[in-house]
Amino acid sequence: MMAETITIGKALNHGLRRSLEHDSKVVIMGEDVGKLGGVFRITDGLQKDFGEDRVIDTPLAEAGIVGTAVGLAIRGYRPVCEIQFDGFVFPAYNQIVAQVAKMFYRSMGKVRLPIVIRIPFGGGIGAVEHHSESPEAYFSHTPGLKVVTCSNPADAYSMIQQAIRSDDPIVFFEPKRRYWEKGEVDLDADLAGAYPLHEARVAREGTDATLIAYGPMVRTCLDAATAAAEDGRNLEVIDLRTLSPVDYDKIYSSVRRTGRAVVVHEAPGNIGLGAELAARITEHCFYSLEAPVLRVTGYDIPYPAARVEEEYLPDLDRVLDAVDRSFGW
Amino acid sequence: MANGESTAGTDAPAGGFVQLLTPDGERIDSVTTADGTTYSVDFTDDEYRELYRDLVTVRRLDAEATALQRQGELGIWASLLGQEAAQVGSGRAMRPQDMAFPTYREHGVLYTRGIDPIMPFGLFRGVDQGGWDANEHRFNGYTIVIGSQTLHATGYAMGVTMDGKTGSPDGEAVIAYFGDGATSQGEVNEAFVWAGVFHAPMVFFCQNNQYAISEPLERQTRIPLYRRAAGYGFPGVRIDGNDVLASFAVTRAALDNARNGQGPTLIEAYTYRMGAHTSSDDPTRYRIASEVESWKAKDPISRLRAFLAKQQLGDDSFFDEVDESAKTLALSLRERVLSMPDPQPISMFDNVYPHGSPELDLQRSQFADYHASFEGSDH
Ligand SMILES: Cc1ncc(C[n+]2csc(CCOP(=O)(O)OP(=O)(O)O)c2C)c(N)n1
Repeated sequence: MMAETITIGKALNHGLRRSLEHDSKVVIMGEDVGKLGGVFRITDGLQKDFGEDRVIDTPLAEAGIVGTAVGLAIRGYRPVCEIQFDGFVFPAYNQIVAQVAKMFYRSMGKVRLPIVIRIPFGGGIGAVEHHSESPEAYFSHTPGLKVVTCSNPADAYSMIQQAIRSDDPIVFFEPKRRYWEKGEVDLDADLAGAYPLHEARVAREGTDATLIAYGPMVRTCLDAATAAAEDGRNLEVIDLRTLSPVDYDKIYSSVRRTGRAVVVHEAPGNIGLGAELAARITEHCFYSLEAPVLRVTGYDIPYPAARVEEEYLPDLDRVLDAVDRSFGW
Repeated sequence: MANGESTAGTDAPAGGFVQLLTPDGERIDSVTTADGTTYSVDFTDDEYRELYRDLVTVRRLDAEATALQRQGELGIWASLLGQEAAQVGSGRAMRPQDMAFPTYREHGVLYTRGIDPIMPFGLFRGVDQGGWDANEHRFNGYTIVIGSQTLHATGYAMGVTMDGKTGSPDGEAVIAYFGDGATSQGEVNEAFVWAGVFHAPMVFFCQNNQYAISEPLERQTRIPLYRRAAGYGFPGVRIDGNDVLASFAVTRAALDNARNGQGPTLIEAYTYRMGAHTSSDDPTRYRIASEVESWKAKDPISRLRAFLAKQQLGDDSFFDEVDESAKTLALSLRERVLSMPDPQPISMFDNVYPHGSPELDLQRSQFADYHASFEGSDH
């Protein structure tokens, strides 16, 4: 076993490299993914080692990137598309929700689109507008797509490989503010033994309340749980990992034990994933709940100017505040 | 359709371009393109000197912004270094009633519109959304999603036609700015289609600075960009984008054609991005130093300076005075940027809807209460 301490960004890079090695039909395509290695360097060195036909610098056209990926997939390739930033996925939105998501259904199961669409998402990096968005609900709302996100290097490494091997079209959200966060990854690990792609994971065990988060907010919730422990509260943290379909069983069994649930995400709360999770938990755990399911989310505003984004983003204090409210019910 | 295949100038790319001032500062009297159009300028001595002042000022302001970014005072900066002639020439070619739709790099055009150069700094410092009044300044907000503004410009131009403001010399025209990379976007192609079909009073001004972040022009097109126009049914002209005179002459003619009811034109300003794409970019990964060097020899400012000197329109004291006044302006800009206050956090709830929303009012007051609960603590 060769465990290494690497960043999420590097783990994704290794995962992409292994996928390119594993299957000659895997191709990476996107703006600046070649020589530059992508603006976040996630594809660093891959074009040099696999060539311009496997790691394709595309014209500056997102509809083109995803639309041609559809054709390549029909032809037997496994395209991995990089969208440079969350706010630039919308030119490709039509292709993703109207074509990618529906092709299997429309062809009555004849045409599979094993496409992965990688999108760095979320705020916290001090960027200008369109560079810090959380558009996951749009995609999770669309039947036919699977939507996943990772929160640590080990998951980043395995999940990107699993997504590429999956026959489903997958929107793969990468928590960009966590790209530089480090953790242990076993680079030799056999994918067959990896944690299943569509299962949630208990990131921290606890008994008093359940925090449910994904992507960038998992770290925030783990920090909140550490802080709460000092006050004698033992919080469980669940990392959803897959946003569509959600692994509800893991959530229900946790909430039935703890009796309290707080859902945390950066995206605006209105009609967001938190709303769906709260409704489901209420429906399935009603008699176990000591308090209503609470949400901590971004506000219902366009992403604000960088100098106030820390006020927009849920932080440790806001999470603990919600936990307090749950206990005060 | 004549596509305006141009007469070759010094150092022209294959297919040529319109050039009125060579890199050595030689004035070319006039240029006639293959479609029979003749381009020239007729400036007074003072006008030449003022153009020079614009170029120097705009470069100096840009350099100050780059420095501010490096010192951590701006989150990011998109420099116009090398593109001053394309921007100043086309900007000065606009008449007061014309309207511009920029991307995020048009600080030089902004300057020529008489707008306070502080305007874009809120956006890049992260203290506001960069909002200024587009109608008041006849210069729309910066647009970061590539190519979107070309459709906005086309729609605006359709409105000009519907308002009966075309077909005469005092009519209105509209100019949209974008890069070579943007020409690959579906939306830009749709803008071309619409402008052509609706005969909109539009000038599409493409600054072909040879790169879209790391990707060279060949990743966007196999033919010179100006030739694309023919496929949409309007003329395309390529200019030496480092020649402020050509930029002025061709843009002035295209805007006048548009206002006179002759429909759109695509101008490709063939130029070079001397710096990084933005302050977050590392150009050493994708381009070689000798390429940058060869473009330095075509610098837009030094050629106009050489011309002025040769014509005895400017001496050392003039050039020094221009440098000095540009520096003064840049330093006062620096002061003002440094004293831009951080926004009040609660202001992030402003301007989501013109008439507010009950839900948002509630969130705002909850936000205020939550913050008040920390008062006196060290939060
Ligand atoms: C729709 C969209 N996709 C990607 C980006 C990221 N991005 C910002 S600038 C840029 C390159 C733009 O190149 P070009 O159009 O040639 O203009 P330049 O910056 O060179 O002036 C890219 C890919 C974006 N802003 N919008």
